[in-house]
Amino acid sequence: MGDFISADGVVFGYPKEDGQLNIVLRGVTLHIREGEFVAVLGHNGSGKSTIAKHMNAILIPNEGQVMVDGIPTTQEDRLYDIRQRVGMVFQNPDNQIVATVVEEDVAFGPENVGVEPAEIRRRVDEALEDVGMSEYKLHAPHQLSGGQKQRVAIAGIIAMRPRCIVLDEPTAMLDPKGRREVMSTIQRLNRENGITVVLITHYMEEAAQAGRVVVMNDGKILWDATPREVFSHVQELKEVGLDVPQATELCWRLRREGLDLPEDVLTEEEAVEAISKLLEEVRG
Amino acid sequence: MLRDITIGQYFPGSSIIHRMDPRMKIVLTLAYIVMLFIAANALGLAVGVVFLGLCYLVSQIPLRMILRSLRPVVPIIIFTSVLNMLFVDGQPVFQWWILKITVEGIQTAVFMSVRILCLIAGTSLLTYTTSPIALTDGIERLCNPLKRFKLPVHELAMMMTIALRFIPTLIEETDKIISAQKARGADMESGGLLQRAKALIPILIPLFVSAFRRADELALAMECRCYRGGEGRTRMKQLKIHARDIWCALAVGLGLAAVIALNIWGGFFMNT
Amino acid sequence: MLAIKTEQLTYTYSQGTPFEKVAVDHVDLEIEQGEFVGVIGHTGSGKSTLIQHFNGLLKPTSGRVLIEGTDIWGEGVNIRDYRFKVGLVFQYPEYQLFEETVYKDIAFGPTNMGLTPGQVDDRVREAARFVGLNDYQLQKSPFELSGGQKRRVAIAGVLAMNPDILILDEPTAGLDPRGRDQILGQIKQYHRTRKNTILLVSHSMEDIARYAHKVLVLNHAGVAMYDDVDKVFSRAQEITSIGLSVPQVTRIFMGLRNRGFGVSDSVYTLDYATRELLELLGKGEKGNA
Repeated sequence: MGDFISADGVVFGYPKEDGQLNIVLRGVTLHIREGEFVAVLGHNGSGKSTIAKHMNAILIPNEGQVMVDGIPTTQEDRLYDIRQRVGMVFQNPDNQIVATVVEEDVAFGPENVGVEPAEIRRRVDEALEDVGMSEYKLHAPHQLSGGQKQRVAIAGIIAMRPRCIVLDEPTAMLDPKGRREVMSTIQRLNRENGITVVLITHYMEEAAQAGRVVVMNDGKILWDATPREVFSHVQELKEVGLDVPQATELCWRLRREGLDLPEDVLTEEEAVEAISKLLEEVRG
Repeated sequence: MLRDITIGQYFPGSSIIHRMDPRMKIVLTLAYIVMLFIAANALGLAVGVVFLGLCYLVSQIPLRMILRSLRPVVPIIIFTSVLNMLFVDGQPVFQWWILKITVEGIQTAVFMSVRILCLIAGTSLLTYTTSPIALTDGIERLCNPLKRFKLPVHELAMMMTIALRFIPTLIEETDKIISAQKARGADMESGGLLQRAKALIPILIPLFVSAFRRADELALAMECRCYRGGEGRTRMKQLKIHARDIWCALAVGLGLAAVIALNIWGGFFMNT
Repeated sequence: MLAIKTEQLTYTYSQGTPFEKVAVDHVDLEIEQGEFVGVIGHTGSGKSTLIQHFNGLLKPTSGRVLIEGTDIWGEGVNIRDYRFKVGLVFQYPEYQLFEETVYKDIAFGPTNMGLTPGQVDDRVREAARFVGLNDYQLQKSPFELSGGQKRRVAIAGVLAMNPDILILDEPTAGLDPRGRDQILGQIKQYHRTRKNTILLVSHSMEDIARYAHKVLVLNHAGVAMYDDVDKVFSRAQEITSIGLSVPQVTRIFMGLRNRGFGVSDSVYTLDYATRELLELLGKGEKGNA
């Protein structure tokens, strides 16, 4: 099967006051297959949000090409076909909820594309079920917590039955509980519903949950590999303004002191396991 | 605290009036207003008062809510009553200098006052029993035929919905900004009028900046959800006229007929 | 000397309505002058309500708040003096910027204090230096700056009031690691220079562990713990049971202890963890020295 989203040699700049372009993407090539869970990491200004906005034709490249399910994003008459296939969730949950009642908001997308009323009802109920917000369907958005609002926003997207969701720092404004809620929702949608997920984030713990991590810096892709591979570059990640999980960094520091530890420790349990082995040897 | 303010006057409930189709409710409220204005004599008006009383009884809206809705119109009622009493010609009951109060004047004043009170209480019943969103929805669908005259009905309704959605958010935001500026020593309680107006700048500017930012982000989110105006749009909730709507319409029709009948033959009852 | 003291402090929202909610419930708290306190607690634990009492933005429903020994709601006390004595930086403080230039915005607080233009100028420049803003940036409009820069301008606006007590409510929310480290580093530097009292509210246990000396844990509108960092994080089980977490290194050390290794139970930073393990594994400073 081919790529669901393919970006080839994308160059993009925002126009400045003097008519020049402020180049943000300097030749990005990225291919995403259907069903993948890809995390895009980078500090603010690395271009990670800009590439995300190319995936549903909010932005069109100055050079290069982006294709979604075989449709070039430059094809204006198919704009809504693209946006139905690739849904987008933003950082601030407050500013993406349109209606005054949760279920009405989830219905907003399907209503826009002219789905039959009975079918909208079915999709809204399903979508709210999928994000675990069914019991709040008649609530007003401002009565919900940040994590709940963000799940409603996600439900609003999946009610359009997209094949891919792009989430642009969806947890940046949430507390740890909200963050966990949103991350487990995203995980479930990817695993159980087979929805392709592109997660833009600067939280390493979140990126570690993805199947593939793309690190961006200065408008280019620095690495594109599994989380294990990417997080083994502790020094380089720090240099581009990112950090790694403490478990990874602890093992890296110990290894630097000459201890024999694996390079690709990612989780707490792995760190405990690896360090235990060493302590065992010392104890003899 | 600012955030304690509730939006609109909606008083949730499950009475037959609450559950009526909002379109029907709007139309019947208009019919009720007509009823009040065509009532030409006291008996006709009495029908209007009794009818409204029954509606409130059925809706289970507490009495204090009705009184609350009437409070703002009290000055207007006093003002028009005084004018009516003083300037309607007829049989004088009280005379002092050039001022003269007549029987007819008192009658007109009472009649007008009752009419205004019923008018306000009647329209309040609509807003008490209908959520703002249902009201907007009802107005939009009733106005749909006006689209032919290039009236942006859908857009206006959309604006209304978004305003309703963001009012609580912006109130909360105002609260936060006020606290933040107070924490920097902003003084909003003392000084003259000019000084107080100036003290609002540190609140209004951040509030506007934030409202524009929100509008920007919301527009983008709506575009991502394929919003392109009212054309080709469907709605999840279909409004349907139920039996209860028909019954209520019949009741209003009956009231209206009674008022018209009393207009024609009412004089007969009054004189005998 | 005690910087902050509360006696049976209680605050109830919407008292007398069906929405009544006790946000702070009979809190007794004593914070020493010069302390760097990390404040943790999940959303709804009463954090935000509590800290708004320290500069008199909220008036207790019952109980007292004493700042440097004075009851701020006592007779003859001007509450505005305490707004300047206790600087409060709200969450997402960049949304409160309003002036034409960064300079004027930072000057808002000191000007409200009634300082002379010369004093205000000193304050603004000093505060700008602490958060790393240069003279060119001072003359720019705050709305032209990046998110991280705006945040630092807003913090400078509070620093410029030269508060004895500085309270920051999640100053790094929404920033990337670089922006976060920058701001927290500057706050630490400020504390070192000024030796004032700092309260830092954060959801990041790693940040609290790295910067704070003491930790105040709030739960159910009350104080669950208030102690030194190592003592608080050594009660990891309790912290977890109220829905909060401990730093990942602390959890790794818990895991090691559960496997029967005699490692310390109060490890909460990477530096300490590395040192401790190197020592146990025979590569520590002892060997090098």
